[in-house]
Amino acid sequence: MVSEKVTLINPQGLHMRPAGLFASTMGKFACDVTIVTADKEVNGKSPMALMAAGIPCGTEVEVRCDGTDENEALAAALDLIKSGLGE
Amino acid sequence: MYEGVNASEGIGIGTVAVAVEPDLTFTPHAVEDAAAEKARFKAALEVFCEKTEAQAEHMKTSVGEAEAEIMSGHVTLAQDPELTGAIEASIDGGTCAEQALVETSTMFENMFLSMDDEVFRLRAADIADIRTGILAELLGREVVDLSVLPAGTIIVVHDLTPSMTATIDKANVAGIVTETGGRTSHSAIIARALEIPAVLSVSNACGALHNGMTAIVDGSKGVVIGEPDEETLADYTERAEQFAAEKRALEAFRGKPSVTADGIAKVLACNIGSPDDVNGALDHDAEAIGLFRSEFLFMDAKELPSEEEQFEAYRKVAVAMKGAPVIIRTLDVGGDKEIPYMNLQKEENPFMGYRAIRYCLDNPDEYKVQLRALLRASAFGDIKIMVPLVTCVEEIRAVKKLVEECKAELREEGRTFNDNIQVGIMMETAAAANIPDLLAKESAFFSIGTNDLTGYTMASDRGNDRVAYLYSWYYPAVLRAIKNIIESGVRAGIMVGMCGEAAADPLLTPLLIAWGMEEFSTSAPSILRTRKAISQWTKAEADELAAKVLELSTAEEVKALLEANAR
Repeated sequence: MVSEKVTLINPQGLHMRPAGLFASTMGKFACDVTIVTADKEVNGKSPMALMAAGIPCGTEVEVRCDGTDENEALAAALDLIKSGLGE
Repeated sequence: MYEGVNASEGIGIGTVAVAVEPDLTFTPHAVEDAAAEKARFKAALEVFCEKTEAQAEHMKTSVGEAEAEIMSGHVTLAQDPELTGAIEASIDGGTCAEQALVETSTMFENMFLSMDDEVFRLRAADIADIRTGILAELLGREVVDLSVLPAGTIIVVHDLTPSMTATIDKANVAGIVTETGGRTSHSAIIARALEIPAVLSVSNACGALHNGMTAIVDGSKGVVIGEPDEETLADYTERAEQFAAEKRALEAFRGKPSVTADGIAKVLACNIGSPDDVNGALDHDAEAIGLFRSEFLFMDAKELPSEEEQFEAYRKVAVAMKGAPVIIRTLDVGGDKEIPYMNLQKEENPFMGYRAIRYCLDNPDEYKVQLRALLRASAFGDIKIMVPLVTCVEEIRAVKKLVEECKAELREEGRTFNDNIQVGIMMETAAAANIPDLLAKESAFFSIGTNDLTGYTMASDRGNDRVAYLYSWYYPAVLRAIKNIIESGVRAGIMVGMCGEAAADPLLTPLLIAWGMEEFSTSAPSILRTRKAISQWTKAEADELAAKVLELSTAEEVKALLEANAR
């Protein structure tokens, strides 16, 4: 398992579009992807779970990847979040 | 005649087609071969996603990118591993695919419905829509297909789902009537994007209107007329043509500055009721927000909205307007606006009673929550605070004192805000109209609220049919009040605008120009029309007409003269 912490910079937090982009990108990897905040763990491949978690802008989250392609997945996840998830 | 919500302006005349929703009933049954049942579900999901993807592609050109994204979003949601995983687990437990789909998706739908945010409620609607789509595939039934309607169709449907709207061919649909939905529903947003006249929330529309019937949809007024007589039909046909012609002509004013014929710059602002309305304002080319009614935050809630919730809403508007002025009116409770959890007592005479700024100053702790939220949001744009129902200098001074208290608190907390935030007055009482010079010394701007100003000046309730004839801004009493306010503000060097309905009345435009009004704030659809009206007068021409109007004694004479000089 690999993991790294990163801060969400999306002004509106994880609403439909960024959550959908993140989940669909992560869906291409075989490993499990989990977003961990201070009080919850969320399936990073599920846009609904990501939205429902209501993580606001400025939150530091931990991205956890576990599986065969975990390194590639983590790198892709961090790139995506740091770039503002397409916003 | 049937009344509903005017969700998308324009007039549509055509033949009714009642869209019956597919029968999606099924008998739940136990499943022995779970693998085969899961394969059946997966196949249905795949077909649904393919069809939806194709619809999204079609929508990109037929409706617009933003709306197409709603459809692509359906595909993303339908493929959500939490959703499909839970459905497959349920099938593994011996439940049939249909039942597993309905139970699981309803669980997710309820989860989104329970959240206190309009955006999440839209997601719940999306999930319901996905359920219908996949269920139809599983059962082998066609969902309503609106892509093959003959030209001139009036679609009548219980609820227009995003997937239905996706298939609409704009060229063939003259109007839309639904039994549910409000101005901010998906149906309304899409109808406006497609520029199809729509009236929503017409009760029993599917029963009252039937296939083949001729109907008129007046999306501007929110009225549907079934089987109109010849005279009504002729009248509406003419109005529909006028509407179309006017709309084409108005497009020439998009992106143009708001100036009089002799080049005096004005500001065309928009009145909005919720942060989401900003999109409509910008679509219609608003230069600023002249009135943001903050009541929606309070009326849609079950308890007083927190500072954080209010801050988010105000900030969203400030950011969307990119530094252009945003005038936010503080809570205008009471009168005809009831907020249940505030437990305001019923009064004999609510319009003369405990409302708006009177309530707020009596509950400073509640009011300061709103003022703090406004101040914090002012760090993100040009937010101005507008105080409603002011009748005396004491009130505006008291508000400014509270604003200063809030600033001191925020400074202490190390929060950023605009220290020079403007605090202005919504000029809407007869009292304020009599002392604009005194109020101008205390106020950073005036915005004339002609709806209440007309009512208070004429002592007439426009909702009361027996006295509504007195409710008119063509009466010299109202016009003098308006003139007095504008001229006092101009003399004091403060910005004077108008956010009542009179700002969009082209007959009044020359008078407002003559007296020196700077900002016109109207509903979104009236913006281009008002910009055009302003462009047709020079100051000298407006002055000449205004001088003549002031010599007249009756509303009838005033209106006749303004109509005779209409441009």
